[in-house]
Amino acid sequence: MTKEERIYLFPLWLRIWHGINALGILILIITGISMQYSTAGFVILDFKTTIKLHNIAGIIVSIIYLMFFVGNIVSSNGFFYHFRIKGTSNRMLKQVKYYLCCFFKIEKPPYPVSEKRKFNPLQKFSYIGVMYFIVPFVIASGMALLFPEIIIEEIYSVSGIMLTAVLHGIAGFIIFIFLIVHIYIASIGESPMKNFKSMITGWH
Amino acid sequence: MLAQTRGILLLTLFLFAQFPLRSQITPEENNTCLKCHSAHSYSIYNEWTEQDQKRLMNPYYILDTMLLKAGVHHTFKCIDCHAYDYSTYPHNGDLKLEPMMTCIDCHGGDETYASYQFERIEEEFQKSIHFEKHSETFTCTKCHSQHYYKPTTRTSTNINEIVEFSNNMCLSCHNSNIDYQLISEETSPKLIEVHSWLPNQNLHFQRVRCIECHTEVHDTLLVSHHILPKAQATKNCIECHSTNSKLQASLYKYRNLVARSEDNNIISNEYYVIGAYRNKTLNYILLLILAGTLSGIIFHIACRTFRKK
Repeated sequence: MTKEERIYLFPLWLRIWHGINALGILILIITGISMQYSTAGFVILDFKTTIKLHNIAGIIVSIIYLMFFVGNIVSSNGFFYHFRIKGTSNRMLKQVKYYLCCFFKIEKPPYPVSEKRKFNPLQKFSYIGVMYFIVPFVIASGMALLFPEIIIEEIYSVSGIMLTAVLHGIAGFIIFIFLIVHIYIASIGESPMKNFKSMITGWH
Repeated sequence: MLAQTRGILLLTLFLFAQFPLRSQITPEENNTCLKCHSAHSYSIYNEWTEQDQKRLMNPYYILDTMLLKAGVHHTFKCIDCHAYDYSTYPHNGDLKLEPMMTCIDCHGGDETYASYQFERIEEEFQKSIHFEKHSETFTCTKCHSQHYYKPTTRTSTNINEIVEFSNNMCLSCHNSNIDYQLISEETSPKLIEVHSWLPNQNLHFQRVRCIECHTEVHDTLLVSHHILPKAQATKNCIECHSTNSKLQASLYKYRNLVARSEDNNIISNEYYVIGAYRNKTLNYILLLILAGTLSGIIFHIACRTFRKK
């Protein structure tokens, strides 16, 4: 791709948000796993430090989520998240087929990146799911666990705190899986590092 | 026939008169004591002024008759435990210094309450910091009110109630500027400051018994009485926040409680402790998804390598 064909896809505010968010999410995943799976004989990270780190990272990620949310309303970036329900499954299947088969035959992607299309159908679906459903849920449940006195004591004889914590953990896990796939898919561009560089320079 | 029925009725009445349902009866003699000791004032004839006087009762000597009736010792006469000389009024001032009965005085070798392990409790208590600092003067009654005592830890099915009941015993001195002076030279216990290192302090105070961290826990004794010196208290979060949680060895795992729980899973029912609660099935599902994702990626990488060739 020549320099003239490059598209400025990631505005500065988005790159700043993405960088802080990425770091925050990484800390949250590592500390979350440490809190849940440490034992007396096998301490992954010091418990007290872990809690502090998890709380601080959680608050930062929550605050900058607002930046993402508002940014998408006031800037044109929100346009990339608009979704047309009709034909969605077909479009997504086409993309899945590309990743599983056509990609290896060195065929052109069915939905190449353009100024009007930052995400392919599969990306759009997963980004909307994660950024507008899972992340808000993880933030809400995390805030509730930060102030456990606001959680309902019991829901059908199951502790409200326990239920919140388990759902928070499951949502965190989904984000972890998303992160793994997200990083991997980012590496299958024209060259493995190309997309990572784009996320720093803003140019695709 | 009529005589026969009358005979049976009389016999029944006779039997009830001889063996009343002891647990339902508070001895009438106690009413004489409670007349003054459940009221805020009492009357006395002052021999110096030769007048009847009404005086205020020392608040520490006022009993709550409702709590007294609900307590396990309500069938006893006051003078079963207090000196017989209290039956004369006005009481002799020296009686205030009489040594009070301790649990072991009645319950030592008591087969009826063998499961309470009073002797073991006594042994444990004698190793405790309370005994070390105050020896025999630190009597059972400092924590357990014999007047109102109820075996809440054994009978309650609500962990929150057990925690509150247990902690109130500690807090009666350790969160009271007045009573604390009975056991310490300092005037204030500084409970909040001392525990400032503890994250979510309020939640810990509400949900966890003080003795969980401040005693040496044995899972064969319902309530550990070996209260440790401050420096030896648990300060390691992981001891509770892990699958082999210390909590499970004490309050939550104790067979008495477990047996009362319908599905034998008290922790998941009422309590959530970070790290101590892990659902095996959920863990397997998550691990499977993670393994599936990673395998998919590895497979994809392999295919990419193949493509390049």
